[in-house]
Parts: sequence; C-alpha cells; structure tokens
Amino acid sequence: MPRLLKNRAFVADRWTRVAGDGDRRDADGPLLLPLGRWREQRTGLLALPPERLGIWLSGEEEPDAIGADVACFGCIAIHFPGFMDGRGFSCGRLLRERHGYRGELRASGDIIPDQLHYLWRCGFDAFELPDSVSLETALRCLDAFSTAYQTDARPAA
Amino acid sequence: MYRYDERDRTLVRERVRQFRHQTERYLAGELTDDQFRPLRLQNGLYIQRVAPMLRISVPYGLLSSAQLRRLAHIARNYDKGYAHFTTRQNVQFNWPRLEEVPDIRAELAEVEMHAIQTSGNCVRNITTDEFAGVAVDEIEDPRPWCELVRQWATFHPEFAFLPRKFKIAISGSASDRAAIAIHDIGLQLHRNAAGELGFRVLVGGGLGRTPMLGEPIREWLEPRHLRTYLDAILRLYNRYGRRDNKHKARIKILVKAWGAEEFARRVEAEWAHLKDGPGTVADAEIANVRRFFTDPAYDAEPAAATEVEIARLAEAERAFARWLERNVRPHRMPGYAAVVLSLKPIGVPPGDVTDAQLEAIADLAERYAFGEVRVTHHQNLVLADVRRSALHGLWRELRALGFATPTIGTLGDIICCPGGDFCSLANAKSIPIAEAIQREFDDLDYLYDLGDLSLNISGCMNACGHHHVGNIGILGVDKKGEEFYQIQVGGAAGSDAALGEVLGPSFYAPQVPRVIARILETYVDQRHDGETFLETYRRIGIEPFKESVYAKAA
Repeated sequence: MPRLLKNRAFVADRWTRVAGDGDRRDADGPLLLPLGRWREQRTGLLALPPERLGIWLSGEEEPDAIGADVACFGCIAIHFPGFMDGRGFSCGRLLRERHGYRGELRASGDIIPDQLHYLWRCGFDAFELPDSVSLETALRCLDAFSTAYQTDARPAA
Repeated sequence: MYRYDERDRTLVRERVRQFRHQTERYLAGELTDDQFRPLRLQNGLYIQRVAPMLRISVPYGLLSSAQLRRLAHIARNYDKGYAHFTTRQNVQFNWPRLEEVPDIRAELAEVEMHAIQTSGNCVRNITTDEFAGVAVDEIEDPRPWCELVRQWATFHPEFAFLPRKFKIAISGSASDRAAIAIHDIGLQLHRNAAGELGFRVLVGGGLGRTPMLGEPIREWLEPRHLRTYLDAILRLYNRYGRRDNKHKARIKILVKAWGAEEFARRVEAEWAHLKDGPGTVADAEIANVRRFFTDPAYDAEPAAATEVEIARLAEAERAFARWLERNVRPHRMPGYAAVVLSLKPIGVPPGDVTDAQLEAIADLAERYAFGEVRVTHHQNLVLADVRRSALHGLWRELRALGFATPTIGTLGDIICCPGGDFCSLANAKSIPIAEAIQREFDDLDYLYDLGDLSLNISGCMNACGHHHVGNIGILGVDKKGEEFYQIQVGGAAGSDAALGEVLGPSFYAPQVPRVIARILETYVDQRHDGETFLETYRRIGIEPFKESVYAKAA
C-alpha cells in the first residue's frame, strides 16, 4: 500500500481511486475518477462539491481535457506509469501555470523519493510513496536543493 | 571565464550531498539497480567494461589552468595517470574506483567543476565553437548565452526524465564550428534584415542509429525569449516524444513524425503561453553573465616586425612553417593568434593526455594564454589568446611536449570514440583503427597535399565518434561476434553539414588502411585544382569511390 506524503508528513488518504471506466461504484464519496467517467457524467458530477470530486490523469491524457473545469476538483492525481516516464512533470506545470489549478496535486503510481524535489517544483503537493520509504528519506529528498536557476510552479510550502 | 556565485556553489555542494545519500541508500538496498541507474548516470557515472567511468562536465569547453591542474591531480591519484577529452568537450576518467568517486567529486567542486547531467535522459553539456570570442568571423560571442542555457538546463525540474538524452549547441560565427546541425537543438546567432541579433533555431539533428540533420523551425528568435522558447520545445518533446523504444526516442524522430513545419507550428502554439513569462531573459541578467566574457588584457604590438620575424623563422624551420599553417588560427585582435594543441600524435588514443601533460598545458596556458584552455569537439585543445610574437617559443615547448603534431584539420586529426577497448556499448574497437590509419598515412607532405579532410571513427551505432559527418566515416559493426568496419564518404559537420553515404559491404580491420588509401587515390585522381575531398565528392558522387574500392578489392 502506498502512503501519502503531504505537508511534510505521512497522512491518511481520504480519496479513493477508481481504477478504470469499468469500475461503476457510486461517485458520491471523495473519489478520484478516471477521465472517461468524468467526460461521460460531467453534468451530474458538477453538482458535487470539490471536497468530494477528484480526478486522475494518465501520462498521455491531456491536462487541457479538464482545463476549463479544474476549479471543480478537490484533488487531481497524475499517474506515473514508470518513474522514468517524465510526462507527468509537464502535466503538473500545465495544471498549475496554464489552468490555474489550486487544489491538491498528487503524484501517484511509480515514483521514487529522489523525484520529490522536482515534482514539488512542478506544482505537486502530495505524493504517493511505497511503504518502504521512511519519512526521513522522503523529506531529505524533498529538500534536496535550497535554491534553483529556473522559475517554477512550486506550491507554497 | 564564468566564475561561480553563491548560488552555483550551493547547488554543486547540495548535489554532492544528494548523490552521497543516493549511493548510501543504493548500497543499503533501498534503491534497486534500475532506480539507481538514472541517478548515477545524471551524475556522470557509468559502469563500464573494465571499470567505472566518470564523465566530467566542461561547460562549453572552457577550462582554467587551476581546473587543468586539478584534473591532473585526479588523473594521478585516482586514475591510471591520464584523462580523456571527448567529442562533447567533456573529460572522462576511465579507471576511477567506485568508492573514491565521492572524493573525486569533492575535489572537483573545489575548482568549480562537477559531473552533473553528463549522462542520462536529460539536457547534457552545452557545446560551442572553440574559437568563441576570438574568431575573425564571429557575429556575436556565444559564451554568455551558453552560460545562460547551462543554468537553465541544470536541474530543470520539468526535464530531468526526458524520453532520451538531449544535446544543445550554440554557434556565434558565420562558419559553424560547433556542428549545430547534429544536435537536438542547434542555435545559430545571426542578424536579421534590421541588423538585430537573434537565434536561428534548428531542431531534430542527431547521429546514432537514425542520423538526421536539424531542421530550421525559426529563422530569428529575439534573444530574451531564448529560455521560454527552449521550454516550449522541451515540453513538447517531454510530452510527445516516444518512450516505447529507446532507438526511436530522440527528438529527431518526433520532428520527423510531425514534419518540421507542424513541429514549428506546435512550438509556436506552446510558446505563446510562455512568451514574456517569468522565464524571459532580463537585460540585467544577460549583462551580468557577459561581464565574465570580456576581453583579457590584450597588449597589441606592432605587427609588421613580428610578421617579418615569423616569416624568417618559418623559412628557416620547415616544421615550424607546417605548424603555423595547420595549427595556428587567425584572431580578431591584431598581434594575436589562436593555437590548436594536437592530442593526435601517432600511437596515442585521440583525446588522451597524461597527468604530467595536463600540468604542462596549465603552465603554458598561464604563460601564453591568460590561464585559459578550450576543449574542441575534435578532441584537441586550444590556447585562444596567444601573442603572435610568442608563437615560435610556444611551438618549441609544444613540440617537446608532443602537442605540435601539425595535422589539425587533416587526415591525421582523427575523431575517435574510446571504442571496444573501454566502452561497454561498443561493437568494435576504434582506437587501433585510428592508429593503423595514422601509421599508414604518416607522410606529412601527402597529408598536406590531401588538405582539409576529416576522418571520424565510431565503435558502434551510437556514433560518439561522429562517423556520419566525417568526410570519411568509419563505423565498427558486429557480425556474429566478429568486428567489421563499414566505410562512409561525403559527410560534413559544419555550415554545409551532410550525412555520409555508405560505400558498400564492410571490411575486416586489417583491410581498412588499404580501403582508405584507395578512397584517397580516387580523390587525388579526380580532383580539380584546389578542390577539397568534400568538393570532389560532391561533384563526382560516390560511384568512382565504390568502383575503386570494390573493383580492386575483388
């Protein structure tokens, strides 16, 4: 089971991820829905408050697909199919910088703690990490650098 | 030359600490081999055939004498007494001990050096013209822009896990000496019709399995937009570059799939969101970087008397005359010259230098060239600011040290990757081939008669030896466990960049020097007065070369 790192601590995850469009459970809990389900039931789902409505995108799905609706979501998760697949870094920045998303931006899937600092700089503020990663390691990785050459999309600490 | 500020120093220090932590976790079993591999590669550390290899970054090829001395110290104390200069203007140590690599990094950091992003799927060292700042045909000094791009690329949070490696070269002269057309992005400084400075942007060049020349996607880019425009290109590549097959993952494949026009259109669309954003280069920022690349204290002197004396010495000593002709390049300051130190004496792997030689070069740099040295992508070194009146004295010292081989730009000046003797990727050895060719063609009169001619050797398809863009290119191939060599002709790396054409079936190593001899004989037979090898090839095509090589071989 992955653990959720948020605000520099491992916290309970109140969101449940709905893996695929085949999973038809009721969408009234705090659920992270797949993009297909969102497209299909968008009108009805818009009635839910952001605290209960989340979505997850895979690497190839376009942030533009939800760009106009980002304010509806309390959580957006970007799924990394493998830690070498860096597409999600760009997705994070696009959601924050182009679409102005302000809610929880989560990195899920296969990420390694050594990517936390760059993920944070790309706008992510929540990270699903394997159980084996200690908080000390996670925080050291998150704080790897104290300065930077580039502007970025880092969330407020 | 650029000097670190507090931010640079902090970042390098924190990187050393970060990698130490990563190595500890790897050794403790907290990181798997697969997880650790990209981390060590982005710190320049390969696990090679016989030992680890550490590749050290030399930003745009500039080295101070203090840095050279430190490299000498590392070569002596942590390696087998030598270092290797690469075709990306970097330095490699082929025999460090794994457990001492952290100490080497600490030694490097003290002289403002590191191994950051010298490998891995990230933006690599920025390369440029070795005559930047002194070339007579320079439009604008590219070095401040190289430094700015270096900073932009270093620890870029969005582009550390790209589909594949990413190489950028910048040229500031009319004649491209940085081979920008074979880079993922090539930037050419030039002036538009209104006389304003800007960048021509080429994308999608690269060698390897599918060699391609970069295609222009923007004729003129205002310099202050450089970073946001690069962000736009890299973002498209990061989002849409292929990740399913590492042989199709370079940006050139994406450019080809979309077509250059469509690629350009999509870059413009992405850039529209980024243009004038926080990544825009402020005037003060580029001005701040420019102050590191001002002229040294030139002390021009009456040139006429000096030239008379040089002519007299050249008359008296033929070897000096030859060196002047091939290894000395013009300088924009009257009374000065740029001098190429050849790292290609026969019998020494191209690009290799010993610890003692590194120290001797540092000493020469201090006495003759304001303490600065440049690495060339031809694997030679350059002293860029030498008084013409000191040329003869410098030549005598270089000759004693073995750096005065007067073959720069000729067949003897072979570009060659480390090959199967060292590299675990290689299919075949390359260094012994280079040596066999140098020995076969050691007659200087013949080399001079052949004139400007590049011969590049790679030990495998990855093309570190740039074989596709050699006038003559040699590629090592493996056929059922045996080493063979495929020969190409007609490649070129400069402003007239072109990919070579394969001559035909490949050869065994011992056949290679004779094949090269036949190619050269064909050129000599067919050339018109004053025609270079490349010009003759372009006029007559590949057939006469084929006929000569294969007819006689049969």
